[in-house]
Amino acid sequence: MGAWALQIATLAPVRVDWPGWTQVLQTLTFRAGFNSAGVVLAATVLGIAGGTVGTFALLRQRALMSDALAHATLPGIGAAYLIAVALGATGKSLPGLLAGATVTGIIGVLTVHAITRHTRLKEDAAIAAVLSVFFGAGVVLLSYIQRLPTGTQGGLNHFIYGQPAAMSLRDAALIGGAAHGAIAVAAVLLKELRAVCFDDRFAAAIGLRVFAIDLVVMGLVVLVTVIGLQAVGLMLVVSLLVVPPATARFWTDNLTRMTILSGVIGGLSGYIGASASAVLQDLPAGAVIVLTGGTFFVVSMLISPRRGVIHHAVRLATQRAAVARDHFLRGAYEVLEIRGVKPGDEAGGGFTLHEIKPGRTIGLGTRVLAAWLVRRGLLERGSAAGAAKNWALTARGHSEALRLTRNHRLWEEYLVTHAEVAPSHVDRSADRVEHALSATLVRELEEALRQQGRLPMEFATAPASVHPMGGARARAHLDAAGGGSA
Amino acid sequence: MSEPLRQFVVADLTPMVGAVLASVACALLGNFLVLRRLSLMGDAISHAVLPGLVAAFLVAGSRATGVMFLGAAGAGLLTVIAVEALRRLTRIETGAAMGVVFSVMFALGVLMMKRAEGLENVDLDIDCVLNGQLELLFWAVPSSEPLLSAAGWRGFPPQVLTLLVVCAVCVAAVAVFFKELRLVSFDAGLATSLGYPAGMISAGLMVLVAGAVVASFQAVGSILVIAMLVCPPATARMLTDRLGRQVSISVAIAVVDAVVGYLLATRGPGLLGDEGGAVSAAGMMAVVSGGVLGMAVLGAPVHGVIARHARRWKLAREIAEEDILAMLYRIWEQRGAVGTLGVGDAVEALGGGHAARVAVKRLVRAGKVEWRDGAGADGGGGAGRSRGAVALTDAGGREARSLVRTHRLWETYLVEKVGLRSDHVHCTAMELEHHTTAQMRSELAPEGAAPAIDPQGKAIPPA
Repeated sequence: MGAWALQIATLAPVRVDWPGWTQVLQTLTFRAGFNSAGVVLAATVLGIAGGTVGTFALLRQRALMSDALAHATLPGIGAAYLIAVALGATGKSLPGLLAGATVTGIIGVLTVHAITRHTRLKEDAAIAAVLSVFFGAGVVLLSYIQRLPTGTQGGLNHFIYGQPAAMSLRDAALIGGAAHGAIAVAAVLLKELRAVCFDDRFAAAIGLRVFAIDLVVMGLVVLVTVIGLQAVGLMLVVSLLVVPPATARFWTDNLTRMTILSGVIGGLSGYIGASASAVLQDLPAGAVIVLTGGTFFVVSMLISPRRGVIHHAVRLATQRAAVARDHFLRGAYEVLEIRGVKPGDEAGGGFTLHEIKPGRTIGLGTRVLAAWLVRRGLLERGSAAGAAKNWALTARGHSEALRLTRNHRLWEEYLVTHAEVAPSHVDRSADRVEHALSATLVRELEEALRQQGRLPMEFATAPASVHPMGGARARAHLDAAGGGSA
Repeated sequence: MSEPLRQFVVADLTPMVGAVLASVACALLGNFLVLRRLSLMGDAISHAVLPGLVAAFLVAGSRATGVMFLGAAGAGLLTVIAVEALRRLTRIETGAAMGVVFSVMFALGVLMMKRAEGLENVDLDIDCVLNGQLELLFWAVPSSEPLLSAAGWRGFPPQVLTLLVVCAVCVAAVAVFFKELRLVSFDAGLATSLGYPAGMISAGLMVLVAGAVVASFQAVGSILVIAMLVCPPATARMLTDRLGRQVSISVAIAVVDAVVGYLLATRGPGLLGDEGGAVSAAGMMAVVSGGVLGMAVLGAPVHGVIARHARRWKLAREIAEEDILAMLYRIWEQRGAVGTLGVGDAVEALGGGHAARVAVKRLVRAGKVEWRDGAGADGGGGAGRSRGAVALTDAGGREARSLVRTHRLWETYLVEKVGLRSDHVHCTAMELEHHTTAQMRSELAPEGAAPAIDPQGKAIPPA
């Protein structure tokens, strides 16, 4: 996408009259004329309202319902215009058009609800059908209006793509006021909304009327969608409700914080987008508002410390490295064990990387891993056994390997006795779970093994394995290497 | 070729063929989207191809159908991948992931389009992409040339040819991979364990959807393409349970939607007195497809809303009839003689409602009960006939006896075989008695082995 944008930027040498800093500063501080200040303010409050209401819509899984709702407003806008013209008015008054939009929008939502509830069709099909059919009806009406002698439907098109610059101050006041109302309702009902979002059965059990609260959420969604039409257009209004809460979700698990954060992100998107559109006359504000929100989303997705992609990748890599290290050390221990080398024996303590690999999933390049272990002081190069067997565990490496092997075998023991896994099957299962064995559990299992006489009293060695050591492949390899049991 | 016919072929038949092809291609694939609950993926794709279209146009500098097709299909695939990646990496719900992806993509498209408008010779029109310009797909042939000549062919709209190819590919793909698509749609897990590459099949389906959506742009526009994807299959789903039949029905409906929608849009205003008027054909197609879906939702023979309510109503009424007969039988049992039951009492005992009142009237009409001016039987409910009382006739008595017998046999069964306590079985038996066939009844009480008394000590009436 980035490459594309770059290419397009070079291919489309559109002359933009870049504004001076003073103009940018004036717009951002609401001093660039009364009208543009009103529009930027309205877009900001609208963004806050969208983010706040969207949080509850998202958590109640109504995110895409608002898309159906937005598209379903188009026939209402067309019909309201026609009615106003028939009554002799200009048809361009915002309250009238928004009233029409509200009516068909609500009809659309109720239709989705009725189809989902009373037929075998699922919600996705109902939303898609309502969205496109209502929009189709709107397109038919607009194509009719366009041919009217009085018809300059140009203004109506603004509702599809959004054109906040076309907003009058009165429109901005209406939108801003309604948005304040939506925020106020959400704030007053925060406790109820929270209960319903997290656990609607619990909410019902403590006496809340879940249906009524859902209705409030839907009502707020309708309100934000309808007043958002002129600013961002019906195609994109859904993003006012979806993008900020989805972004806030990356940063917190606390609903109150999420609501506030989502409102802030929505407000910032509205503020930056509308300002940009006011400064650069040609920029479609709705799209800029959405893209600003989209940028917040992408950045959060990457860098969020709890759910971010980068954090996730780092954690995954760390974990894989730790697992690979454990498996390497244990592999080394087992090679020595099969050979009968006692800890502290200088002679025969060497091994090659090829001896460790067979039959074991290490998960990283063995050579890279070996180099890393040398740096950590667990492994050393060169030993008395000669150049062929040029790796050996250090004393620390040996005790670490012993600990890991014990853990592994204790897990195997656990799986055989408690999970009833066959001894021939436990090796790989233990591989997966051994990294999470708690200290208490280790002690209990040790006790069990000691009673069976399989755990030597001194802790210098690991318990005997529950299965024959070394896969057939491993043994063949050891034999071929001349390193069979001593 | 006569002039009016030629006129029809050039100006109407060609766009209509385009509409039908687009409609059929979308409906075919839509069947699998609707089944897999992925309808909104079609929505997301059709929104998100906008930046792909503009990018292709800006890079190639032409509106050549092939280039636009590639750009849009690329954007469509990107959408599918992005939604899936978001869902997996960040565990946000699919709906929100789609909402974020397609609104951002669409916003990007709008922005790029706005910049592109600054260029010279740009006839990329956002309205055209969104709303479709079916009417512009006419056969541009000079009136001097015959249609079926080299010069005539040159004027044939290339979009219709693209649609023809895409539609053929969709038909072929669905025909060849029908088994695989069906399996993956109903049980992706089973498909995987049987060795079918479920992921590959899904990806292939998405590629086809993106292709069909993009090819259909010129005809119906990006939003209305969703109607074509979802409405015919949803309509067919209301009408049948078999996937094969559903696919064929959806194709037939798609053809009807396209033709009727086109004709209504171009001829409809004329019929209403608006000479030479026309409204958006693509919009009208969507409206027609929605209307057909609405009719199916209401009137489908088995799954329709009306049929379902009628079935439920009939069941409620039949149960009410049987309950009233059983009540009368129990009264007869207590008194040892035919007794009367106030209609108001009966309705109240059945929890009120219209079904109970209708049940009384139907029982009278069927000759199973008769009106009596029963003294003291007045329940005091309602006006008119509901103040009256009814008593069993001979025919009704036989049926009532059989019902009560079934009830008590069930109670015996529930206590003896299921091991319920005798004071817990009445309600269950009340439900079961209405759904007991003659065969079940005979198995409940084998010949000669029928007990005479039920667990509560009441006599079980003879058959």
